[in-house]
Amino acid sequence: MSPPERRASPAAGTPLLEVSDLTKHFPVRRGALGWSTTLVRAVDSISFRLEPGTTLGLVGESGCGKTTTSKLILGLERPTSGAIRFEGDDVVSLDAAGRRHYRRAVQAVFQDPYASLDPRMRVGAIVAEPLVINTELDGGARRRRVAELLDLVGLPARAAELFPHEFSGGQRQRIAIARALALSPKLVVLDEPVSALDVSIRAQILNLLRDLQKRLGVSYLFIAHDLAAVAHMSHTIAVMYLGKIVECGDADAVALAPQHPYTRALFAAALPVDVDGKRDETLVAGEVPSPLAPPSGCRFHPRCPHAMPHCATEEPTLRTAADRLVACHLY
Amino acid sequence: MAVPVIEVKDLHTHLVTRWGTVKAVDGVSFSVGESETLGLVGESGSGKSMTCLSIVRLVPRPAARIVSGEVLLDGEDLLARSEREMQRIRGRKVAMILQDPMSSLNPVFSVGMQVREPVAAYHGLRGRALGRRAAELLAAVKIPSPAARLRAFPHQLSGGMRQRVVGAMAIAAPPRLLIADEPTTSLDLTIQAQYLALLKELQERHRLAMIFVTHNLGIVARMCDRVAVMYAGRIVEMGPVRELFTAPAHPYTRALMESVPRLGARRELLTAIDGQPPDLAKLPPGCAFAPRCANVMERCRVEAPPEIAVSAGHATRCWLHVPA
Amino acid sequence: MAAESANATLALPGVEPTVGARRARRRWPVISTSIIAAFVLVALLAPLVSPADPYEQTLRLRFRPPVWDERGSWQHPLGTDRLGRDLLARIVWGSRVSLAAGVITVLLASAFGAAVGLVAGYYGGRVDAFLMRVTDATLSFPVILLALILAVTVGPSFTNVVIAIAVILWARYARVIRGQVLTLMELDFIAQARVAGAGAGRIIMRHLVPNTMNTLVVLVTLQVGYVIILEASLSFLGAGIPPPTPAWGSMIAEGRDFVTSAWWVSFFPGLAILLVVLAFNLLGDWLRDTLDPKLRQL
Repeated sequence: MSPPERRASPAAGTPLLEVSDLTKHFPVRRGALGWSTTLVRAVDSISFRLEPGTTLGLVGESGCGKTTTSKLILGLERPTSGAIRFEGDDVVSLDAAGRRHYRRAVQAVFQDPYASLDPRMRVGAIVAEPLVINTELDGGARRRRVAELLDLVGLPARAAELFPHEFSGGQRQRIAIARALALSPKLVVLDEPVSALDVSIRAQILNLLRDLQKRLGVSYLFIAHDLAAVAHMSHTIAVMYLGKIVECGDADAVALAPQHPYTRALFAAALPVDVDGKRDETLVAGEVPSPLAPPSGCRFHPRCPHAMPHCATEEPTLRTAADRLVACHLY
Repeated sequence: MAVPVIEVKDLHTHLVTRWGTVKAVDGVSFSVGESETLGLVGESGSGKSMTCLSIVRLVPRPAARIVSGEVLLDGEDLLARSEREMQRIRGRKVAMILQDPMSSLNPVFSVGMQVREPVAAYHGLRGRALGRRAAELLAAVKIPSPAARLRAFPHQLSGGMRQRVVGAMAIAAPPRLLIADEPTTSLDLTIQAQYLALLKELQERHRLAMIFVTHNLGIVARMCDRVAVMYAGRIVEMGPVRELFTAPAHPYTRALMESVPRLGARRELLTAIDGQPPDLAKLPPGCAFAPRCANVMERCRVEAPPEIAVSAGHATRCWLHVPA
Repeated sequence: MAAESANATLALPGVEPTVGARRARRRWPVISTSIIAAFVLVALLAPLVSPADPYEQTLRLRFRPPVWDERGSWQHPLGTDRLGRDLLARIVWGSRVSLAAGVITVLLASAFGAAVGLVAGYYGGRVDAFLMRVTDATLSFPVILLALILAVTVGPSFTNVVIAIAVILWARYARVIRGQVLTLMELDFIAQARVAGAGAGRIIMRHLVPNTMNTLVVLVTLQVGYVIILEASLSFLGAGIPPPTPAWGSMIAEGRDFVTSAWWVSFFPGLAILLVVLAFNLLGDWLRDTLDPKLRQL
């Protein structure tokens, strides 16, 4: 039984999470004595929406900004500019009570099952920690809730007495999921939740996550580099490149019929588990440029097989093309 | 067909740990010919990396010991060689590319020095000829401006570039056999695609036999001619890639295929494999996969299945396929 | 449905070998612990255990050798010093001073040093930079010099010894603990605590402190020996515990001129120091090997 809510429900039709022109720059000191500063445009004016009970998949390679985006949403970093709206309220300008409410509504599961649980705490204490910090529940009520959560993720109740090192990687991720659900959040940020697990265990955890979404109506921001897993789990996919969203739309549409040249290359590189499948041999040349010096105009143009002259000068905006949003001059 | 480049026969490697003796490699046999790629698929603890280390006899001593078996490189048994002879073979005849490009290169030496080292050792070149050959190698792995890159240090290169440098060092001889142990796992997807294409090209050019260790079935489909699936130190199924993907014989292979999400098949639940990967120190008698197998029979728990042929070139260790 | 099948598959305890339970335990260092326990008991029960009054001077019986010598007697098993005081009694009472100095100093220094290290590591930035500069400056100051200055200005005493040493010793703890904290801060469970709403206090007390405890315990044990030697050195130099309070260091100093004739006066206090310090060092080594964080699965 989750603690009572004391806020007015948002108007119907409001997306659970809405991000508008979100930007995060990191200053980097250069020069012999650290005088000159350049900016790393980790996240550069991105916008997307997440509806309640759905999953938004965020994909991209290193330096694309997906980890920074997740930190911004979790409140671990403050945005340089732009807005994050949760149930209609702007997150950055919340008062203390509002921030507390946001904390409880947005939780996370991280990648490394071996580093995300305090090795000196028993599992029961780990799962109960969000309750200790944020609620007034007494010891008995907390214990009951912990037992409930462990059951939800498929762990026996006596797991609460044990320490993390007595569990395998997959089991630890279940503990992390149980902790994330302790406050009955509306949104859980999943940052590479199965990448560190053995292949045969991944399906267990992915199935569990989907089951929990169906049962609890929780939304996910699913960040992973395993494109098939993202496509499997997500309702919507957003593709990021060097801090910008280049394509965003329904998961099946984006995965099976990608439009942006980068998305095409990315999904082609994903290598289907299929011996006879159509091999899309579009190889993208070159390396991912450094976020310190992104190319002018469209950031992908140096590597794009379809680059046109004005791609180098004019940055394409994310606009509607058929059934989705694409940032490309081709459309 | 000619003598295969590498032939492993009934290899056994044991690891002595605090919790007992672990049979990391438990009777593994396979062969790879010229220009052929064998995929070695398995999860952590399956023995795939230990098998590769056993081939070049770099198992971590004193805990690990190659107990028995033969490893025939062009017909000659590597396990019977002395350590000095092995040093001449490693790098020259058998090369390895490992997973982590960060630690594969020495951070305090320039790229040029590191690429020159094997070239000088194998071909006895010096001075300008040595430098030219090193630049040629970098060009062969498609590093742009190779001559300038010789002066760069590893930390100045991206992960993909570093793996290319490692690749250049690996083909310096060129070797007969290239063992690639998850070389693209830490690379970005688009870089991974480039690198795999490069490996294929190098293989064609030098007619390399290749052993490709991975847990990614997509890579197997793309890169390998034959694949061996390992579980708890044994090869549970081996055969041509096409057959394994379309008609997998072993329940573990089948379960792996079904548990991997595929693009375009979104709204179905994945078939998860119950249980956990086995504790190698406490293996059950009989088939190691029995505790997790959907088709388990009584016999499986008691007796370990031998290798049974399913069709030409395709064998599996499973009681389900005993000919009636 | 998916969760149910997951339920059925789980066999606890987990598959991984449990580092704590199943690892073959290194044998407890019986000798070290016994020596330390013996000295601690002796120190605590000195009034009961001591064979004589350590202050009582019997000039008639000065420089009596230990019992196994022909001129020795069981009345003074280890002999007497130049004022006829029983050596064994003085060693027994001296253990109070040495152990108290060692333990109190180390506890004070470690508590303060660990606090500094935790704060510096947690907050980082300017706080860290400032605290580390203070730490560096402290580390470079010689202990003996400070003690001598205190002895000269304020006068030698037990308190001054403790202060002089602790005021400089804390820096070592600060350095080590800060290093540990920096490593811990990178781990996801700290970020998780933040996501759950934990503030600085909770993260430091609930997460950082327990995970640095092992290192702290090892360091403390190893340092007790060091401090005992420091105190002895200070007493030897006359800047430590003033006479007539029995302290092993000053006892050695008193026997300095008679090493060839009445060797026992310096020898036995020295032996006591050796035994205690060695015991603490061995125990500290064992603790480090047992509690070494690398062996623990994070």
